Amino acid sequence: MNVLIWLEVGVLDDIPIRGSRRIKHQERRIALFRTAENTVYAINDSCPHEGGPLSEGIVHDNCVTCPLHNWVISLDTGAAQGADSGSTETYPVRVEGNNVFVALPELNS
Amino acid sequence: MKEKLIVIGNGMAPGRMLENLLETDPTRYDITIFNAEPRVNYNRLMLSPVLSGEKNYADIVTHDDEWYENHHIKLHKNTPIQSIDTIHKSVRTHHGDSFAYSKLVIATGSNPIVVPIPGSDLEGVMVYRDLDDVEKMISIASGKGSAVVIGGGLLGLEAAAGLQAQGMSVTVIHLADTLMEKQLDPAAGHLLETAMKLKGIRVITGATTTEIHGTSQVSGISLKNGTRIDCELVVMAVGIRPSCSIANIAGLTVNRGIVVNDAMETSAENVFALGECVEHREICYGLVAPLYEMASVLAKRLLDQPASYTGSATATKLKVSDVDLYSAGDFSDSPDREEIVLRDAKAGIYKRIVLENELICGVVLYGDTTDGPWYFDLLKKSVDITEMRETLVYGQAYQGGVSLDPTAAVAALPDDSEICGCNGVCKGTIVTSINRLNLTSLDDVRSHTKASSSCGTCTGLVEKLMVLTLGENYNPAAITPMCGCTHYGHNEVRRLITANSLNSIEAIMQSLEWNTSCGCAKCRPALNYYLVCEWPDLYKDDYQSRFINERVHANIQKDGTYSVVPRMWGGMTSSQELRAIADVVDKFNIPAVKVTGGQRIDMLGIEKDDLPAVWKDLGDAGFVSGHAYAKGLRTVKTCVGRTWCRFGTQDSTGLGITLEKRLWGSWTPAKVKLAVSGCPRNCAEATCKDIGIICVESGFDIQFAGAAGLDIKGTEYLGHVNTEVEVLEYVTALLQMYREQGHYLERMYKWARRVGVEKIQSVIMTNSEQRAEYVARFELSQSVAQVDPWAARVNGEHHYEFNKIEPKPIRATA
Ligand code: SRM
Ligand SMILES: Cc1cc2nc3c(=O)[nH]c(=O)nc-3n(C[C@H](O)[C@H](O)[C@H](O)COP(=O)(O)OP(=O)(O)OC[C@H]3O[C@@H](n4cnc5c(N)ncnc54)[C@H](O)[C@@H]3O)c2cc1C
Ligand code: SF4
Ligand code: FES
Repeated sequence: MNVLIWLEVGVLDDIPIRGSRRIKHQERRIALFRTAENTVYAINDSCPHEGGPLSEGIVHDNCVTCPLHNWVISLDTGAAQGADSGSTETYPVRVEGNNVFVALPELNS
Repeated sequence: MKEKLIVIGNGMAPGRMLENLLETDPTRYDITIFNAEPRVNYNRLMLSPVLSGEKNYADIVTHDDEWYENHHIKLHKNTPIQSIDTIHKSVRTHHGDSFAYSKLVIATGSNPIVVPIPGSDLEGVMVYRDLDDVEKMISIASGKGSAVVIGGGLLGLEAAAGLQAQGMSVTVIHLADTLMEKQLDPAAGHLLETAMKLKGIRVITGATTTEIHGTSQVSGISLKNGTRIDCELVVMAVGIRPSCSIANIAGLTVNRGIVVNDAMETSAENVFALGECVEHREICYGLVAPLYEMASVLAKRLLDQPASYTGSATATKLKVSDVDLYSAGDFSDSPDREEIVLRDAKAGIYKRIVLENELICGVVLYGDTTDGPWYFDLLKKSVDITEMRETLVYGQAYQGGVSLDPTAAVAALPDDSEICGCNGVCKGTIVTSINRLNLTSLDDVRSHTKASSSCGTCTGLVEKLMVLTLGENYNPAAITPMCGCTHYGHNEVRRLITANSLNSIEAIMQSLEWNTSCGCAKCRPALNYYLVCEWPDLYKDDYQSRFINERVHANIQKDGTYSVVPRMWGGMTSSQELRAIADVVDKFNIPAVKVTGGQRIDMLGIEKDDLPAVWKDLGDAGFVSGHAYAKGLRTVKTCVGRTWCRFGTQDSTGLGITLEKRLWGSWTPAKVKLAVSGCPRNCAEATCKDIGIICVESGFDIQFAGAAGLDIKGTEYLGHVNTEVEVLEYVTALLQMYREQGHYLERMYKWARRVGVEKIQSVIMTNSEQRAEYVARFELSQSVAQVDPWAARVNGEHHYEFNKIEPKPIRATA
């Protein structure tokens, strides 16, 4: 089992509302999202369909629409919505005051 | 011979009375109507939507000329009755013609009160009562100027919102300290005042107007405290007075209104009255619901059937968009009355219920009016509320058993509960009609039951009933909704953005009741485009509502890298440009370079984080973004034309470049591609483009609405012009017309098919005024849109897009 490491990824304002940022973490593609309600999510930046970069999608409610073929992925569970199936990994997020922390798998340990 | 029935006044009350009468017995009377207004019967309630631009006169006509003809009714328009002779049973028109009656109905409505202050007779001082008033207001407004509305009641506020929607800056002057003080307590009045101010309407309360200034035309007003407000229009909305002068002269009993008994009879034999002009049991009404009840009684009486009118409780809704206000019953203070008040300032909700002996006698709802009809029902039925007193103020959903789902709440309503207050239609009637007559659209239900056909505020309830009754078979108004978040189609949304001055995505979603919290990937980009198009210089583009390509100004590829296509104006390039491209390709290790189908060069496989640096080098060499990703102008293909080609008739390359330089920048509903060919051999393939120009000896043939992608479609001929200057003008106008009418993602050829090629032709080719307006609006849009997005990003715009966050470790957990 991968060990999760809590990492500090900056402040809330670094992530645009209804937008995303990409995180650089050991060659992994991780995306951070912030919804209209100010909830922050971290998920594997790869669509369960054909690996599209979810960080480049349009965020609505707590979902993102993949830019390549419009699958809708739940940011909460990583699961494809509606008629599509498949799922991408999600990671725990903590917001303390203005600071954002994400627990990501430590590959080297 | 048939009995002669004469009706004086052709307003909403007698209109309804005649419908009822003809339904039961279409043959008994020979009917003649005299009306002072020069038109047929229309829905006066809907004047406010006409004023605000949401509707036009045709939309609000209740009975058209054909209706009168079909029912053999003689309607004298523009013919006020001057006197009534009750002895000889006749009426006399202002022309002096006499007409005999066997039964007479007086329905003269009421007159707005004009406060007799100095200047109240100036040109530009108006009342708000009929279509002429509305037309005059619209013509004075025409998108500019200032207006003062005297009176902050229902009518005044609707007038203010309408004039504001027409582009005027509006001030409401109100005598009392808070708005609508007859219905609202001061706190709720303030909520309303805030809502009006948020709409951009100025409100001055506790103010008395002392004088209206101007020589012939109004130029301003003065308040008692010395304040002076400049304006071109003053609307008085301070109240109405029953219109009884002819009844008075005829010697009928008149108090405040024409006195009638429970049979709607006046003091003279065979003379009846109904509507706002009457006084019944010492009450004069100013809303349609009671008038319709009178209408039904009078129709029966005229057919010798038993019926009596015993008075009405009234409820009303303010028809101002974004402001939900409902009030019903009576609120006056009295020692045995108590009230329950709920306030939720954060949610902007206020509810006030006035009780007397455990019965509801009045209710005011602000912010959330869904429970209005339920309270009104309890009021009219005199339901003892002791049992539910604790939870009464929270509404129907909290009364044991019924769930919070609004559809379930409607399902739980008893059959005799009233859904449409204006027309007195109850739930049972609607459900039975839907089933019995197989009604499937809202319009059907409106025309058969009259529910939601007047002020329209119960439309939501009627639709819920349709859902309950028809289930899956109900297809709301057969309009294809924009997406699953709304039942509105593209046209409705665009119309309402304009009519209600909606200026943000949030405002649209709030006021059009989006059913998701922030839309979806379909509607957000569409709404964003509509707002950009409507308010080019005011609206701030919503970055997060754009597809990634338009956010980062490059085309996303299947592996998450991007492709970059700089403009090559008209397809022309040079050794210096090609060298610069070669250098960029080498420097950034760009894996693929391709000549596109649009006569320019595509660099593919660029990492997102490298984009600004690539653009910097391209920019230094003079390149700007080619918008290969944009719903906007993409390419203008050209052929070599007269400069080189032995058949060329005009400078097609030059014209293509000029067009591209003029048209790039502004967003359009879908992508736009042009081509200019130097002769009818058409080497630039102009006849399969959104807009194509074919140069000929005598000038230029303009083609449009072609496609060669998913569909192959040759262009339609728009027209011939003689000069390049005209090409620019006509093409610009065409593009702007498409920008304003096209649905988001609808290519020009689909738009043309939807609205009609001839219609577009006739506007662009023959209407020079409209053409000039389109050009002017396009130029306004271009003044803010022609900014190279690549240069902006090189200079740091949205820099966070192009670099990743590097996280810092803090502590380990399991
Ligand atoms: C690059 C290019 C192909 C090429 O290598 O030549 C191209 C590439 C794409 N085209 Fe195209 N089209 C290209 C010229 C055309 C042409 C030819 C033309 O413009 O003369 C057409 C037919 C003409 C027309 O538009 O009617 C064309 C009809 C389409 C369509 C069908 C549009 C339609 O409404 O029928 C699409 C799909 C769409 O837009 O939804 C499309 C979509 C695309 C997209 C954007 C697909 C996508 O969503 O990713 C491709 C982007 C590739 C990229 O990242 O660069 N492309 N595409 C051409 C770029 C031209 C340029 O310089 O900007
Ligand atoms: C802008 C506006 C918004 C309103 N909104 C609402 C609302 O939301 N809800 C609601 O319940 N009510 C509303 N009302 C009130 C409602 O419109 C009236 O209660 C209703 O129209 C009155 O109907 P009526 O037939 O009595 O009179 P009217 O509709 O006023 O008709 C009277 C007609 O008689 C004509 N007439 C007068 N004298 C003569 C004569 N001597 N000879 C011939 N013809 C004559 C007049 O020209 C007029 O056309 C609104 C009114 C206005 C002006
Ligand atoms: S034709 Fe199809 S595969 Fe080729 S560029 Fe256009 S969209 Fe892509
Ligand atoms: S890769 Fe995400 S929808 Fe196809």
